[in-house]
Amino acid sequence: MSVRDDRPADVSRRKFLKISGIAASAPLVIGTSVIEVQGQEVAVHGPAAVPVVLTVNGQRFAAELEPRVTLLDALRQRFDVTGPKRVCDRGECGACTVLIDGRAVYSCTTLAIEAQGKQIITAEGLSGQNEPDRTQAAFVNNDAQQCGFCTPGFTVATKAFLDKHPHATDAEIAHGLGGNLCRCGTYRGIHGVVAEITGREPKGNAGTTMIVDRLATSLKGDA
Amino acid sequence: MPDQDQYSWPPPEQRTYIGRRMGRVDGLLKSTGHAKYTYDYNPKGLLYGAFVRCPYAHARILKIDTSAADSMPGVKAVEIVQKAGSEIYWAGDEIVAIAAADENTVRDAVRAVRVEYEQLPHLVLDTQEPPRNMPADTTPLSLEDLEDMFSNQVPAAQMTKELKERGISFKLEDAPLDRVPSNIAEAVKSAQQKPPQKKAPTWYKPAAAETQGDSDAAFQAGDLVISEGVYGLPMITHCCLESHGSVSEWTDEQHLLVHASTQYISGIPGQMADAVGVPASNIRAVLENIGGGFGSKFGPDRWGIYSAKLSKKAGGAPVKMMLTRAEELEVAGARPSAHARVRVAAKKDGTLTAWDSFGWGTGGPGGGGSPPIPYLIRDRVPNYRTQWTAVVNNVGPARAWRAPNHPQACLITMAALDDLAHKLGMNPLEFFKKNVDLTGPRANIYSDEFPIADDLMGWSKRWHTRGDSAPGPIKQGLGMSMHTWGGRGHQSECDLTIQPDGSVTITMGTQDLGTGTRTAIMAVAADTLGLSPQQITLLYGDTRYPMSGGSGGSTTIGGVSSTTRRAAVDARDALFVKVAPALGASPDQLECANGQVRVKANPSKALNWREACARIGAVPINAHGKNLGGRDPLMNSGVGGVQMADVSVDTETGIVKINKMVAVQDCGLIVSLETAESQCYGALIMGISYALFEEKVMDPTTGRMLNPNMEFYRLAGIGDIGELVVHMMVNKYDGRGVIGLGEPPVVSPGAAISNAVANAIGVRVPFLPLTPARVLAALEESQKGAAA
Repeated sequence: MSVRDDRPADVSRRKFLKISGIAASAPLVIGTSVIEVQGQEVAVHGPAAVPVVLTVNGQRFAAELEPRVTLLDALRQRFDVTGPKRVCDRGECGACTVLIDGRAVYSCTTLAIEAQGKQIITAEGLSGQNEPDRTQAAFVNNDAQQCGFCTPGFTVATKAFLDKHPHATDAEIAHGLGGNLCRCGTYRGIHGVVAEITGREPKGNAGTTMIVDRLATSLKGDA
Repeated sequence: MPDQDQYSWPPPEQRTYIGRRMGRVDGLLKSTGHAKYTYDYNPKGLLYGAFVRCPYAHARILKIDTSAADSMPGVKAVEIVQKAGSEIYWAGDEIVAIAAADENTVRDAVRAVRVEYEQLPHLVLDTQEPPRNMPADTTPLSLEDLEDMFSNQVPAAQMTKELKERGISFKLEDAPLDRVPSNIAEAVKSAQQKPPQKKAPTWYKPAAAETQGDSDAAFQAGDLVISEGVYGLPMITHCCLESHGSVSEWTDEQHLLVHASTQYISGIPGQMADAVGVPASNIRAVLENIGGGFGSKFGPDRWGIYSAKLSKKAGGAPVKMMLTRAEELEVAGARPSAHARVRVAAKKDGTLTAWDSFGWGTGGPGGGGSPPIPYLIRDRVPNYRTQWTAVVNNVGPARAWRAPNHPQACLITMAALDDLAHKLGMNPLEFFKKNVDLTGPRANIYSDEFPIADDLMGWSKRWHTRGDSAPGPIKQGLGMSMHTWGGRGHQSECDLTIQPDGSVTITMGTQDLGTGTRTAIMAVAADTLGLSPQQITLLYGDTRYPMSGGSGGSTTIGGVSSTTRRAAVDARDALFVKVAPALGASPDQLECANGQVRVKANPSKALNWREACARIGAVPINAHGKNLGGRDPLMNSGVGGVQMADVSVDTETGIVKINKMVAVQDCGLIVSLETAESQCYGALIMGISYALFEEKVMDPTTGRMLNPNMEFYRLAGIGDIGELVVHMMVNKYDGRGVIGLGEPPVVSPGAAISNAVANAIGVRVPFLPLTPARVLAALEESQKGAAA
């Protein structure tokens, strides 16, 4: 079989070679095996599929996954949880953002096996059965979405950001939400979302807004 | 039933949703993550497809060996896309297609295919000025030449001219004339048949110079102010967040179901039929949502065709072919580059008299775009000479990019005019006002918009001459630009059904790119029937519904709104006939409002919607809406927009920061105000992105793109946009009808920002994007000039 460079980042190349030398001579076992390396017990995952259990939006999902499978791919391809999107697939754009134990993370750069035993919340899990999440409702109120492909990740990131920064400043928004990219250009609406939830005056509100509101008032007056 | 010509838009007092902020009807579906896209479609037994791609920018395939992939466990189908012997013109072109049970296996299989190539010389740069006075190509046009012209958005007038002058070298029956605009088809039919001529290999395709008046003489006249400069923009990509792709499955031997991420769902079957070997009527294409297109997603593409071929080979199992991010940026289309050396002259009072430009750019193997230079004022400048040379090279294919050719023409023209205004010692706003008549039929629109933009930006109060005199390294400046676009609605049809229980359904084979198409259709239907959008069901995105045109050229809003209005008016009038006896009035005395059918003159005589629909009887009312295409009076073409930018430039680091942008935009009658404004905000942001960051960077040695990822192909983030102000020309030009809006506001930002930077630092940064390196280089160049 082919050799893949899948070693975890914290294993030095030298140590990795030793481990793989042992693994290659050992029979291939499905799942996780424990081997002895220089007198220490080391858990070796894969390369074959291992049983993985994830808790997503309060629901339990189980599958046999190769350890190299990312949380994003497990969610999308195995559990049909498609709110998190695959866009850059390498931690650059934020479209795959989910909450893991309340923290916003890129699910494309998280392995599924790492997320076991934790509470994973995606955009689909933010809202309750009968009432939309306040952040997600604010995305509608401020038309902070167009094609909508970045939106599920953006709503999750925005919620996590606002939980941490209930009085967010412009500089904090630029930094805290700078990890989510949108191609249609919905950032002005997202500023509106932050303004709505933090109770600030929205920026850039001149233009048509005033005129149409005047018009609506005058039409109401006529009726 | 009203006569076809008597359809009209409801007057302002009868509009509850049209032209108002009604909220995006698909808003919550998207923000809660429940909206489904092609990429999200995961049917049972799904296979994953991927391509082996050519690593070289120009090569010939010598040998393909797929045996290792064929025998790999989990691999279900392998198809050769381009055979040994084929010549490849860009890095990343598709060679072999593979489907396997899971994604990791298909990637392993792609790596296991062995392809031998003979490398050929390539060219991927386009910044070098081509030689002048090269003879224009006069050989008869081949089918490939015509395809190149279409893919490069060559204007119809130029195509018909070349067809007439050069003739054709192909047989008429080989040309898919039913798929091209009728005026082009006519020109092809009347073109002279000539034997094919061998063309000398060249990197350059010069077009004949176009002239008006005598520009050489005009530049010699006395008492003129003349400005010269070079301006340009690089190739940029579409970078759709949902990459291109399809999922195809054979529901039986003869029937194909395709989920496609496309801007033209109704057009997919016709474009796939020949390639997959079944009639178009056996192909059903569907989509719910699309994660961005921007002009790059009209055809099924190789990934669509090969998902179907692989599926067939794999016994009909669904095959998902979605491009990776690197593939999306390398091969799924890009906006052609454009550069030009410009000379422009005006009288001392600012009256523009002459224009002369030599331009070039590339769209890859097909050549490139043909920007309408000088922008907006062409045909009305008394004297001009403009020449364009397409650079034919190996950067990869171009595709229509939101307002094809216009951002390029706009940057080159507006930067040159801004430089001229500076030389004249004029405020650019005054200069543009002085010459506004050169814009022709839209001069009155720009004239209406100038004072609004001035007011919202504080232009007249804050404008200073070039070079901010404030102390310190941070320099602030203002710049402006103007633009137009056609945007006449496309052909579109729909069915609107009113059931006896009062439920209303619209079916239309359109798509919603996130521009607000669904919301606009709902606004029109709701206002026509006096209902709320919640009472209407819209079914779209399926070839089982009546055809609707592609969402390109800003044609969707005109197409779907006019069609919906026609169907809803007809259905409403049919309902009036059924209801009139119960209300003791004639059908023409009735109206729909507030969820009622009532007598216009006596609104207390009314039936609520359900009661009224109960009179329909057993057979539901169905009205088929079909607009009149180009001559439909409900829609029009040609918008005007003015934009202004306020920037700060750090002259020590070269970093440009957007303080504020103002967009004043006309689009005739506004159907959906909130989503129209969102189009403008989005266009400003996309404009900031291409003005400051975006560039498809090519490596001249390997011929490959160096930044096919979202770290180094940078898009603007939320911290990059400054304050954005959008002013729609509400209730100003309603009489013109509905005009498309998606593209025009993205035309001006590059020029407005470039002009603002020049105003701030006192020197022109000639090329976009305005990166720190380019800003610092321009400053250094000007200091050298000052020292010499």
